[in-house]
Amino acid sequence: MLTPHVVTATLARLATEAEPPGLLPAREQMALSLGWHIVLACFGVAFPAMIFVMHLRGIRRNDAVALGLAKRWAKVSAVLFAIGAVSGTVLSFEMGLLWPGLMGTYGDVLGLPFAFEGLAFFLEAIFLGIYLYGWGRMPAKRHVLMVLPMAITGIIGAYCVLAVNAWMNVPTGFRLVEGQVTDVEPWKVLFNRHAFLQFAHMWVGAYMLTGFSVAGVYAVGMLRGRRDAHHRLGFLVPFVFASVAAVTQPFVGHVLGFGLDERQPAKLAAFELAETTESPSPLRLGGILVDGEVKGSIDIPYLGSLIAMNSPDKPVPGLDTIPEEDHPPVNMTHLAFQTMVGIGTLLAAAVVLFWFQRRRGRDLLERRWFLRFVAAAGPLAVIALEAGWIATEVGRQPWIVYDVLRTTDAVGDYTASLWWLLGISTVVYTAMTIGAVVVLRSMARRWRAGDADLPSPYAPEVAAAPEVEA
Amino acid sequence: MSLELAVAAALFVGVIAYAVLGGADFGSGFFDLTAGSSKRGAELRTLVDHSIGPVWEANHVWLIYVLVIWWTGFPESFAAAMSTLVLPLLLALLGIVLRGASFAFRKYAATLAQARLFGIVFATSSIITPFFLGTVAGAIASGRVPLDGTGDRWSSWVNPTSLFGGVIAVGTCAFLAGTFLVADARRSGHDRLADELRVRALGVGAATGAVVFAALVPLDHDAPTLAAGLEGRAAPLVVLAGLAGLGTMVLLWTRRYAVARITAVLAVAAVLSGWGVGQYPWLLVDEVTIHDAAGATATLQGLLVAVGLAVVVVVPPLAYLFKLTQSEEWSRPDH
Repeated sequence: MLTPHVVTATLARLATEAEPPGLLPAREQMALSLGWHIVLACFGVAFPAMIFVMHLRGIRRNDAVALGLAKRWAKVSAVLFAIGAVSGTVLSFEMGLLWPGLMGTYGDVLGLPFAFEGLAFFLEAIFLGIYLYGWGRMPAKRHVLMVLPMAITGIIGAYCVLAVNAWMNVPTGFRLVEGQVTDVEPWKVLFNRHAFLQFAHMWVGAYMLTGFSVAGVYAVGMLRGRRDAHHRLGFLVPFVFASVAAVTQPFVGHVLGFGLDERQPAKLAAFELAETTESPSPLRLGGILVDGEVKGSIDIPYLGSLIAMNSPDKPVPGLDTIPEEDHPPVNMTHLAFQTMVGIGTLLAAAVVLFWFQRRRGRDLLERRWFLRFVAAAGPLAVIALEAGWIATEVGRQPWIVYDVLRTTDAVGDYTASLWWLLGISTVVYTAMTIGAVVVLRSMARRWRAGDADLPSPYAPEVAAAPEVEA
Repeated sequence: MSLELAVAAALFVGVIAYAVLGGADFGSGFFDLTAGSSKRGAELRTLVDHSIGPVWEANHVWLIYVLVIWWTGFPESFAAAMSTLVLPLLLALLGIVLRGASFAFRKYAATLAQARLFGIVFATSSIITPFFLGTVAGAIASGRVPLDGTGDRWSSWVNPTSLFGGVIAVGTCAFLAGTFLVADARRSGHDRLADELRVRALGVGAATGAVVFAALVPLDHDAPTLAAGLEGRAAPLVVLAGLAGLGTMVLLWTRRYAVARITAVLAVAAVLSGWGVGQYPWLLVDEVTIHDAAGATATLQGLLVAVGLAVVVVVPPLAYLFKLTQSEEWSRPDH
């Protein structure tokens, strides 16, 4: 019955449970812009090293094929860097626009790593300018060295950003006294104990993503019958980077997971889909939580305890040990985590197979199924990276700074108008993605047609063409 | 100098660097947009591409530098400005995104039609971005950003000081770019283009100067604190800005382009310094001072370490990049 008493009781319950109206669109907005940027950031971190190796090979062995590849990759990286830089700028605005509760109160706690990230990015942008325009304009030996600072600053920049993220997971370097932030120690944030491992995981992930993506492009070329030195070398260099990264990643990820039961038990419980504390805990493949019950998972006994706790019987603490209001969205966290681990394992197995067969004198590049797999490996690595990021970010909820600041308290008091912003952003990011794909494809097409140097769109011969508008 | 003042000064150096270097890039968009049909404008558009292509990424980073120092050094005021000025900031941001992406896309576009589309987006967004950033400056300078971030989301930037700020920002960028492009055109041997640009740069300079003078009238009662500062402590800088602006016009007129670039930079730097000195000691005018807005002491010290490091590791390669772009080799056509 809809009595006044029931109505007021319901309203009162809704009022206490209701999230700020801007929270969901703000989170989606952040997810869109960060999820988009993270892919380009990976290229910014990993691509310069591959270009350096290729360019160096070109100079050392006087290898025209390698030099040509380095030159093309540099042009590709120019396009990716440009849109990566603007999407990164979007994020620095959004930190304040969407999360004034975080930046207003903790800006001086978490800010210093960003200052060093800014420095690193500055250097990367400067050397990109020098390198891109340096072709044929400075001595070859000096020119190739101009890539090196980009490779190094990409690493430093990634470390700094990950230091802030690690701080959000394991806050340190300040004290809360009666709600006031005091005793700020910004260097502790920059060098927090968790930052290095989180960085290592992301860094290796960047090499996987970039390596598999670039190698995939040449795998597609080989599938279409282009089996020249250009394609073999273009495949091999990024594939070597990706291979080393792919076999390293499971170890890095495993070490990163140590102590998660103490650091963020709710996140671990969500990763493992541990509703209740079981001893020993099984490893749950797939499955979702419906009304507090695990459905549809394949359970492998003991393995959960072994992998998560490094012990045959130590249990993974379950969600039942954690207050309801501190639970993250369990299903999304669990599935994202398993997607990351699953794809990572598949990619590691594939590269091991490739190199093993190669040692035995069998070249999998002759096999179409393997080329098809490599073509898919780039997108798979992107999915794995996004899934890993979703797992760690969603798994931290409802905290924006773990155990210190709830996401609901960090968001600005914008109303549902943020949905408009999200709509516009979706259109802009889609347009930017289409633009990048169109331009990169047309670059590739012209290169295939034999244009070593792309003509300027305004060069006299283009400008002299009949006016379309006439 | 107190710690927070040193950080504020470092922040303001970033604002000036962004206005001068980024501003010249933005202003190039104005000339690009008004260059005429694809055929007529090809020479100028190639020049724009060539002269800002190597440097625009680096010049863009000054904005990130400013944002990071602001939120780290003066976090509460940053959050307040972001909340109140969300609309113009988002519009400026939209411009930044579209501009950066379309400039890169245009360079490698496959067809003339594509290049034209990306070019229009690039040039238009080069104009809207400085306009909205100018309105943000006007909002802060006229005391419309309260520290609790609850300023009106419209009237905070739709007001005489902000609107004049936006127009002056666009004009200043265009004037700077004109002066730089004229010099680049002559150095690369495009004499006819240089002559054309000279006339247009003079026109832009005259128009911008007129707007600056016109702005002084409403400023007195719309932004009294800033106006008092400009007429008092900052008066020498205002005079310097006027003289340097006039000097640039004379130098352009007499075709001494290399020197004109120096006076143009001086004029813009002086205008901005005048703003900064004029509103001192306020960070958000009439709301919070630099002293009261400052974050944790240890963080401010850390920031100064970062700034010191920047001087050591960023300035030399940046100078090298700029030196290269001015060299004979780099004036050769692109590969």
